[in-house]
Amino acid sequence: MSVLVFVEPEDELSLQALALARTLGEVRAVSIEGAYAPAAWAQALVEAATDAEAIVAAGSDRGNELLAHVAARLDQPFAANVTAVAGDTVTRIRWGGSLIEEARLHGSPRILTVAPHTQPAAEPVAVQQLSLAADADTTVRVLETVAESSGGVSLRDAKVVVSGGRGVGSSEAFAIIEELAGLLGAAVGCSRVVTSAGWRPHTDQVGQTGTKISADLYVACGISGATQHIAGAKGAKKILAINSDPEAPIFSTADYAVVGDLHEIVPAISAELRRVRS
Amino acid sequence: MRVLVCVKRVPITGGKMVLTADEQALETRHLGFTISPHEECGVEEAVRLVEANGGETVVLTLGPAEAEEQLRDCMAIGADRGILLRTDGGDWDAQSTAAAIVDAIRGEEPFDLILFGNESADTGNYQVGIRVAHALGLPVVNGLKKIELQGDQVRCERDAGGTRDVYVVPTPAVLSVLEGLNLPRYPSVPGRLRAKSKPLAVVELARPEQKLEKLRLVVPPGQGKQAEILGEGAAAAPKVVELMQQLGVA
Ligand SMILES: Cc1cc2nc3c(=O)[nH]c(=O)nc-3n(C[C@H](O)[C@H](O)[C@H](O)COP(=O)(O)OP(=O)(O)OC[C@H]3O[C@@H](n4cnc5c(N)ncnc54)[C@H](O)[C@@H]3O)c2cc1C
Ligand SMILES: Cc1cc2nc3c(=O)[nH]c(=O)nc-3n(C[C@H](O)[C@H](O)[C@H](O)COP(=O)(O)OP(=O)(O)OC[C@H]3O[C@@H](n4cnc5c(N)ncnc54)[C@H](O)[C@@H]3O)c2cc1C
Repeated sequence: MSVLVFVEPEDELSLQALALARTLGEVRAVSIEGAYAPAAWAQALVEAATDAEAIVAAGSDRGNELLAHVAARLDQPFAANVTAVAGDTVTRIRWGGSLIEEARLHGSPRILTVAPHTQPAAEPVAVQQLSLAADADTTVRVLETVAESSGGVSLRDAKVVVSGGRGVGSSEAFAIIEELAGLLGAAVGCSRVVTSAGWRPHTDQVGQTGTKISADLYVACGISGATQHIAGAKGAKKILAINSDPEAPIFSTADYAVVGDLHEIVPAISAELRRVRS
Repeated sequence: MRVLVCVKRVPITGGKMVLTADEQALETRHLGFTISPHEECGVEEAVRLVEANGGETVVLTLGPAEAEEQLRDCMAIGADRGILLRTDGGDWDAQSTAAAIVDAIRGEEPFDLILFGNESADTGNYQVGIRVAHALGLPVVNGLKKIELQGDQVRCERDAGGTRDVYVVPTPAVLSVLEGLNLPRYPSVPGRLRAKSKPLAVVELARPEQKLEKLRLVVPPGQGKQAEILGEGAAAAPKVVELMQQLGVA
């Protein structure tokens, strides 16, 4: 099978997509330079794909967006975030990874993106640059790039994240979460209940519709462990949960548990850290 | 101005994913339902735009009769009326969902903005809005965290790993949005009462053949393990710090 793969330069997820594409057949990797313009880029991919039997990209923001455009142009089905392919059957993730679906992908070419971090990265290959057609529609394109207005340690890349949920109780009470985070050089995270209540900005939210973290340690304080929250937390290597309810669902996802009132436990951990350091 | 927002009814799954015996769906008998947080922000944005500029906010869903509940929730925070594309509750893939939404929009045009969630909460196909835009010949921008109306154009911002990409496109346009775009209001009691009598149009649909055809669902491994208990209350602090030192993070 001939497989057209869209790759972005120096992108780990693109190399993972390449790895899955290789299992399907002979790979032709292509890339596009210049200001991002999804509809126009998709047109270039469609034009390059005249004899491709499959079109593959990473399940990243751009990969999912571009292949949805490609699928719309070709009026073919598109399977997003696939983890495995066997014949015309794909395995793909739903609910941000909390559920898996096996589905039959009817249609030709097969259009799919590869779910992040489900494949080893392939060795880089030669990449062909595509150019945009003279009549390409660039109505929608990136005109400029501006700085994001957030300070502190980035949630996505932090080595440690200390996070608070409804159990913290108020915006002021986050001071104890911030204190512990400060001592660990950690980012502060939170649950959706917290952002909906206006206690913290949405940029702090961990979860399916927030940020997906990749920390070495995630400390979840007063968070029940809803699947949509865990969808963002499970990229962490270890999870420590602090919760007053011994039956809290988070204790069946976490690696370590402390049972009790976070308003006593969190300051005690900060104090102990200070003690061992002095 | 006229704004259409497309929303989808999904279960509130809580701490655990439980499937029906035939592995075809989530067991939802004991669950409540909602819409995606992305879509909630879409509804809030539409209502704010119409409050500022005058006009009408219409909410649309394709789903079973019960999805009226989600349309009423949207009307409770300010949407003016609803369109329910009623199905028998069976699965619709993204292609047939988009085609049905396009048919409905053609009977209701013109809209200045058509808002979608970036991806639905449950199936996460990342494509209904893009397919609708293609069929209608409209520009589409995805993943938006900021929308600003500037005359007959709309300026949009999208996260790009540490920075934000800026797009300016002419209206009418299709936009898909992310949670964080705004902080949606809670419905007030009078809002809920008013929602009950707002107009709702119902269109019956028959399900076409599915091209991304679900075979079965599987709960991934990892659900149902037991955490190691380090202790209770403040007395557990030394054990926690020891663990942090072992993990090399303290
Ligand atoms: C489509 C969809 C997407 C969603 N996306 C996200 C998302 O991205 N991120 C997210 O977080 N949520 C998300 N949610 C919401 C999610 O379902 C939960 O509602 C939310 O995560 C619950 O937040 P919580 O754990 O803080 O609150 P709760 O569920 O109310 O839990 C509070 C916990 O705190 C404990 N507690 C209370 N007091 C104390 C105390 N003094 N000391 C210690 N523990 C205490 C309680 O025992 C309880 O377990 C989404 C929901 C849907 C439907
Ligand atoms: C009520 C209902 C229940 C379903 N339950 C299941 C199930 O349990 N198992 C299963 O396998 N499939 C189910 N499906 C079918 C599956 O969800 C379809 O794949 C889906 O309708 C289209 O893909 P998506 O929602 O993932 O699209 P995406 O492209 O991810 O959605 C993007 C945006 O499109 C809009 N949108 C998507 N769907 C609708 C809709 N129906 N009405 C209005 N706007 C919409 C929303 O704004 C959404 O945020 C269900 C469909 C519906 C309508």
